Amino acid sequence: MNWTLMWDSLPRLLAALPLTLQLVALALAFGAVLAFATALLRLSGNRVAVALTSAYTFVFRGTPLLVQIFLIYYGLSQIDLIRDSFLWPVLSQPMWCAILALALNTGAYTSEILRGAIETVPQEQVEAARACGMSRVRLFRRIVLPVAIRQMLPAYGNEVILMVKASSLASTITMMEITGVARRMIAQTFAVFEIFIVAGILYLLINFVATRLIKHAEWRTTPYLRARA
Amino acid sequence: MLDLLDSGLTSGLHGWGPQLLSGTAMTIAVALSSFLLGLAFGAAGAAAKLSDSLVLRGLAELYTTAVRGVPELLVIYLLFFGGSGMIMAVAGIFGYGGLIELNAFSIGVAAVGLISGAYSTEVIRGAVKSVPYGQIEAARACGMGRWRILRRVLVPQTLRFALPGLGNVWQLTLKDTALISVTALAEIMRVAHTAAGSTRQSFLFYSVAALLYLALTTVSTTAFQQAERYASRGVRRA
Repeated sequence: MNWTLMWDSLPRLLAALPLTLQLVALALAFGAVLAFATALLRLSGNRVAVALTSAYTFVFRGTPLLVQIFLIYYGLSQIDLIRDSFLWPVLSQPMWCAILALALNTGAYTSEILRGAIETVPQEQVEAARACGMSRVRLFRRIVLPVAIRQMLPAYGNEVILMVKASSLASTITMMEITGVARRMIAQTFAVFEIFIVAGILYLLINFVATRLIKHAEWRTTPYLRARA
Repeated sequence: MLDLLDSGLTSGLHGWGPQLLSGTAMTIAVALSSFLLGLAFGAAGAAAKLSDSLVLRGLAELYTTAVRGVPELLVIYLLFFGGSGMIMAVAGIFGYGGLIELNAFSIGVAAVGLISGAYSTEVIRGAVKSVPYGQIEAARACGMGRWRILRRVLVPQTLRFALPGLGNVWQLTLKDTALISVTALAEIMRVAHTAAGSTRQSFLFYSVAALLYLALTTVSTTAFQQAERYASRGVRRA
């Protein structure tokens, strides 16, 4: 075990940390919006909307993320319609292709988590809210959504960790995030274990912090479960 | 967009059809081998996590936390670049100093099996714990030995409880095999990548790859549903 090499690799791997965090944060943010819209459309009962959203979640949950990334990065650039459109400045960049693929992927998984959570909101609570004279929108905003979000947090925590790990695939389309840098350094130094351990610890730390944040959100949203002082 | 797909499909995938098929066979072979290896790791990991030994529990905990918290791609790189070295170091302990080269298949299976095993460990551990303890006491009262209890009471029921979770692990494993394309093993993703490069038809070939994976995941979902029905044939439905 070459300790100095491990120590020396740390600054270069740390320098790639912001890119990893950026990929994860943007993918999660866009993915959340997408998941919200998808879950609502899926529950709307409209036949076309249900068919479209089911197809979306089926395709993105049933194929590997690597295929999705390559399809977006290499595949879309082949279509003239896209090359000529206003989207091209965005889609010609690997960064946005990676974010788009990650967001579409997490959006599909998260929409199913959210849908499941919305369906478990107790019917009595909805009836009670209706009896209080709440409109549909207010009922959704004040009762259904807060209860559902509280319900989905543990599963969403897993999804966040999966996204942190999934961001490593951006390295296959030239993004130099932590895994990309680690791969390059392994190829240069052949110190496979040393670099794997440092990069691995960085990922474990990110995931540890993410888990703590989700746990904190769970704690904040369940005041009634805390022991009263 | 559709005419790109159409012209490609009518021309027989530019002659890449047979390779894509053998790539699919390779993906299935890697996924099955990795899944089985993962089950072995999972059973060992679950046994370690449920054992009384602090060391074993610690090691199993380290295994599942590290492997599930680190990107799959990084684990694959570790074995791809460091696998031969590890094997040679172990062989060196036994006095063999020659060069050992691992082929891409065994590296891929080892890497994906390692990842699959970490998830299987948690599934199997949970399943073992959900077998009611009273049944084990009852079996003991009937005079069954440790092994007979394992074989007749614990394993059949663990299997039933574990099946839904193992179905998820299988889907993960199947999709993780796409990542070994970085080691140049000719599975679906690698063939699609090569074909896309040589014909400049990326959209076509990655779409075909996506469809192949979709077919595999759909078929295996149905297979696991059948297996679950079979495993719970003795359970009364409410």
